Amino acid sequence: MRKKKWNINDILLYLLLLLFAAILCSPVYLLISGSFMAQDELSIYLRPAITEGDTYVRFSLLPVLFTLRGYVELLLDTPEFFHMFWNSIKLVTLILLGQLCIAVPAAWGFARMKLKGKDMLFFLYIILMLMPFQVTMLSNYLTLNKLGMLDTHQAIIWPAVFSTFPVFLLHRFFADIPNSILEAARIDGAGRMHLFIKIGCPLASPGIMAAMVLGYLEYWNLVEQPLIFLKDKTLWPLTLYLPQIGLENAQIAFVSSVIVLLPSALVFFAGQDHLEQGIAASAVKE
Amino acid sequence: MWSKLKKDSLDALFLLPSILGVSVFVLIPFIDVIRRSFTNAIGGQFLGIKNYQIVLQNEAFLIAAKNTFRFICVCIPLLLTISLILALLLQNMKKGKELLKSAYLLPMAVPIASVVFVWKILFHKNGLVNGMFHIEDLNWMGTDYAFYVLVGSYIWKNLGYHVVLWMAGLSGISRSLYEAAGVDGAGTLRKFIYITLPGLRGTCFTVVILAFLNSFKVFREAYLVAGDYPHQSMYLLQHVFNNWFRELSLDKLSAGAVLTSIFLLIFIILLKKVWGMEGEG
Repeated sequence: MRKKKWNINDILLYLLLLLFAAILCSPVYLLISGSFMAQDELSIYLRPAITEGDTYVRFSLLPVLFTLRGYVELLLDTPEFFHMFWNSIKLVTLILLGQLCIAVPAAWGFARMKLKGKDMLFFLYIILMLMPFQVTMLSNYLTLNKLGMLDTHQAIIWPAVFSTFPVFLLHRFFADIPNSILEAARIDGAGRMHLFIKIGCPLASPGIMAAMVLGYLEYWNLVEQPLIFLKDKTLWPLTLYLPQIGLENAQIAFVSSVIVLLPSALVFFAGQDHLEQGIAASAVKE
Repeated sequence: MWSKLKKDSLDALFLLPSILGVSVFVLIPFIDVIRRSFTNAIGGQFLGIKNYQIVLQNEAFLIAAKNTFRFICVCIPLLLTISLILALLLQNMKKGKELLKSAYLLPMAVPIASVVFVWKILFHKNGLVNGMFHIEDLNWMGTDYAFYVLVGSYIWKNLGYHVVLWMAGLSGISRSLYEAAGVDGAGTLRKFIYITLPGLRGTCFTVVILAFLNSFKVFREAYLVAGDYPHQSMYLLQHVFNNWFRELSLDKLSAGAVLTSIFLLIFIILLKKVWGMEGEG
């Protein structure tokens, strides 16, 4: 390997890419910075957007007066926020657990089993995966109604558990395991469950992690399903709580935005390596 | 013979729970929607293709279909190009790649609810964007620009994901090919056209499928920012379906759903023809 020194072009390019990255990340910065501002400060900045005046919204990079008041208020005075936060956590956890039990073996089956009609079926899975929710919304609604699941969290959980996306994503990982490894284990007398759990799953674990991280990001952001399937607002997840807050209550809106973002950011940074590997592996054809 | 059958059925057990669930929650109900698309919503008499005729003459549906199609045609090529350029630049970078990649991926983790809140501040008539760039009297969400806000939001969110996808594809292309071409005197552009692009062929199917999949998800942002009836330029098929559902126009909804799936099917089959199926196990 030859080592080259950075030349001026490289540095300029890097700075340019960095600037672009900063622009992409600026909304996050805006949220975090705003969440530490006092309501008065925010009111001054945002007033043009509320009163329809002639001036424009301004924003300061740092709070003039750093305060945790918004956080304290949200944590102490808004039980409905916590209720919905809990709803979101519950939905995401149960959905992901369900996907682990259903999608992982299915992906293994599609990747490693020689069964008639398997490829056709997999193609069908891809199509189902691509259908926007609204296309299947009516059929979903009717089924859930028949099963008596409407207006319960089950109406969100079950259809999501059987989402075909994780099967699509994981399929690649299982398919990429070299045959020789499985053959060797088979000769040593390993049964099919043993092959799957002791060899397949560990080798595909970056994929499983990636599927879980992507799943988390998807189901932390549920919008359409709860709107249609849950009339009872106490069952709603957090996604539907935030947009109800107007700009007048900017502080609460900023703080709750950050708190909603926090678990996502944690999952994201904890799982980033897996996520990258997972995304990457799903793209490469051997 | 018997042992083969036994083996197959045990193998099939891995797939069975998934197939059962998918059938109950999606497949069988969807077949029911196909049936409904030929019948009357109340009463259920057979109508033939009348629902389809109604839908295809429905103005809201046509506008939304046009917008959705336009959205896909604008945002997918744009996303793929920008992310490929970034991936190429990052690929050749010696240091600091990881930091940039994380930064590009971060928007993916920002919850939709928070995005919507920021959008309201940025794109209001008196919002931050207009203020910063001294643009007067432009109400982003109430004009044709709403469409581009939506495109921007899609690209912002999915850029990092696609950069990572492309980088994976790029890393699969052997270095020696480039070196050999370099020896033969090929320039950067020729290398790109004759080595990089063909080398990325295998990646393309997944990349396009995922770009497509995510393009439907912008509805969430559109809906949370602007509600049931946003500006006409960002009125998407999902809005129409949602509104039909609320109005209980189930016959129109069924026919519209079937039409959409037919388009989807054609698109995927074309894609498969062009790049070949990636998923052969």
